[in-house]
Amino acid sequence: MSASSARRTWQRFSSGERLARFTVFLLMAAALAFSMRTVQVIPEFLLDSPTQVMDLLRRMWPPDYRYYPQGIHTALMETLHIASLGTLLAIVMALPVGVMGANNIVRIPALNWLSKLILVSSRSVNTLVWALLFVAIFGPGPLAGTICIGFRSVGFVGKLFAEALEETDPGSIEALTAAGAPWPSIFIKGFWPQVAPAFWGISLFRWDINVRESAVIGLVGAGGIGMVLDTALNLFYWDRVSIILVSIFTVVILAELLVTAIRKRIL
Amino acid sequence: MSEKAIDRRRPFAVNWWIRLGWLLALIYALYASYQLDVSWSRFVVGLGNGADFLGEMVPMDFSRWRLLVENLIETVQIAIIASAFGVALSLPVGLLAARNLMPAWVTWPARTCIALCRSFHPVIFAILFVKAVGFGPLAGILTLIFASIGFIGKLFAEAIEEISLKPLEALRAAGAPFMSVIVYAVLPQVLNRFIGFSSYQLDANLRNSTMVGIVGAGGIGGTLFAAFQRFDYDFLAAILVSIIALVMLSEYISQRVKRVFQ
Amino acid sequence: MNTASTSPGQPEGQQRSLRIEHLSKAYVPGKPVLNDISFSVEGQNSVAIIGPSGTGKSTLIRCVNKLIAPTSGQIYVSGENITRLRGRELRHARRKIGMVFQEFNLVERLSVMENVLSGRLGYVSALRAWRRAYPQSDIDRAFDLLESIGLIDFYRQRADSLSGGQRQRVGIARAIMQAPHILLADEPTSSLDPKTSVEIMEVLVKLSEQHNIPLLINIHDVELAKRFTTRIIGISRGLIVYDGRPDQLSNEHLKTIYGGEEWLS
Repeated sequence: MSASSARRTWQRFSSGERLARFTVFLLMAAALAFSMRTVQVIPEFLLDSPTQVMDLLRRMWPPDYRYYPQGIHTALMETLHIASLGTLLAIVMALPVGVMGANNIVRIPALNWLSKLILVSSRSVNTLVWALLFVAIFGPGPLAGTICIGFRSVGFVGKLFAEALEETDPGSIEALTAAGAPWPSIFIKGFWPQVAPAFWGISLFRWDINVRESAVIGLVGAGGIGMVLDTALNLFYWDRVSIILVSIFTVVILAELLVTAIRKRIL
Repeated sequence: MSEKAIDRRRPFAVNWWIRLGWLLALIYALYASYQLDVSWSRFVVGLGNGADFLGEMVPMDFSRWRLLVENLIETVQIAIIASAFGVALSLPVGLLAARNLMPAWVTWPARTCIALCRSFHPVIFAILFVKAVGFGPLAGILTLIFASIGFIGKLFAEAIEEISLKPLEALRAAGAPFMSVIVYAVLPQVLNRFIGFSSYQLDANLRNSTMVGIVGAGGIGGTLFAAFQRFDYDFLAAILVSIIALVMLSEYISQRVKRVFQ
Repeated sequence: MNTASTSPGQPEGQQRSLRIEHLSKAYVPGKPVLNDISFSVEGQNSVAIIGPSGTGKSTLIRCVNKLIAPTSGQIYVSGENITRLRGRELRHARRKIGMVFQEFNLVERLSVMENVLSGRLGYVSALRAWRRAYPQSDIDRAFDLLESIGLIDFYRQRADSLSGGQRQRVGIARAIMQAPHILLADEPTSSLDPKTSVEIMEVLVKLSEQHNIPLLINIHDVELAKRFTTRIIGISRGLIVYDGRPDQLSNEHLKTIYGGEEWLS
């Protein structure tokens, strides 16, 4: 026993831990202080902001409800189609990429890496940047938007799908392999039943996100309600902006409610 | 018993529903493509454009590196400030929104606040803030603070709602004040997850601060958008590569930092 | 007895005690779970409450420190009526009531030391609690307690790395840290195996005697109760049906407490 008076002092962390924590906090504080001091904020703009906000609200109220049937409805439907078609595209692409990324199915490290690369690059570029890219390639319109949503979602769906595959119980797979089942049967009868609920859950969740995202990619020309919003903003039709925002808000909430209801039903 | 009999006769009955589902999805895809005027020929034409596009991206143009670095620094500044304030604010908001600790009259406003922050895409917030506080990084910072509260606040509240209440009972029985119960029995149970959410949010803010610039809220997004509009694709490639490098660097740093707190 | 720890606020020369008078609790009006319960515990006495599941043993224990609000009746801790207290006064009263739980109720992610010290949370501010800035006297007492429960070598380990018996020892040490005037134990052995149960009862009785704290144990194991306590209170349908020495508890009594007789052999 090392019983002695030295043991009688107690501190939560050892001195090494304290030093590490202190260093991290110090670095964080320094980064924040540096950012706050050097970021360019124009004080006049800031002082002016209450007036601007009041002005904005006055211009937004009342919303131009009559604009909904003529300008918004079609664009809103287009947004929903972009979100759904983009999600389907992502599902179709995520299945092979996800399988390729699961190292318990595909045991070739090079392919695992290729899959990781596809998934990471899909996720680390922002939706709006993807939209800009595809608008440059396919020209403005919903085609660019759909492909943008699809490409952006592959990373999300594929990563989670690959993780779900890697967590499957190897027992039933071994049983099928031992029975001499061919590879496709092993996948369809062994892996797929175990991960199907997770896969549909992930896809639904992504669809919900895609509804939000497809509402704004129109700002850079990729179709949907965002293009209508962009026009209204450029022309300073603030009463139209407000009705557009209300419409987006409603659709987003409805989509979330729908997804929650379906998840409760099937999962 | 009868259920079992039916199962035996049609062991794959369920499959037909799934096949029907796939069929419906296919029909929907065709219908939606028609509605959106998405067609194979346009896609093929686009692929040709894409090849040209990629061709123009190489070699990357780093000659305007000074502008690039300035913009990147502003992006980082926006992300750091927004994350600091966003995380600091979402801690109390998430705590107030946890229904197992707080009475309904407290959780209700907190949950409404989180729902409002989440309901709009950050770009829409950015547009409104650009109008309110003018062009520049401040609008971007405010946007990302709201986005952070919506994201971390919600996840944090959910994490708190999953904790074990037993130690809380013990500390209350020992006469501990409410705040002591929070710091001693609630925080230890959720701290790791909170740090995880926060570091994820720092990465997300970094990625998103490239985006808010597109509508004029500061950071590298403005330059990126300008490069697109001027068909400056070689400079564009340089910007994209720098952004990806920055995001990867930040993910590496936050992994190291997380290790300190474990 | 000079082994008795001194506690701030304890009146000189007065025995530590718990007195319950006419305590009733009804979750649904008109259907009391506890009906006019009166008894008192003091000094080095240890009292076991036995009775069938669902007779309100747990409710009784939790009414004492008002984790559950009693419907009527009075509760006195060392002579102070705590029944009507609220807010800060209630918290201060709770500091005088130590409690040991069936499922230990430790903060699993904190170290053994932090869990033992958490018994003092009623005495330090939230800011000090956050910084773990306890007075040195508390830390000394925590080390002494850890030594007497045989867990001194574990003080830096996280609570979730301990076995059930070890965790319950930490739970007991935490309650003793409060320097309470009454120690409540709610089924302290129900989550443990028989051998560990006996050890835990030994620790519980030893520490409460050493520190001069009256002990009130809620327990379903009659043999353990008889072996370790100086008095047994049997409760059935919310009423006290036996109150006396353990050696006088006969099968007749057990029959009135638990009903039936086939299980007695």
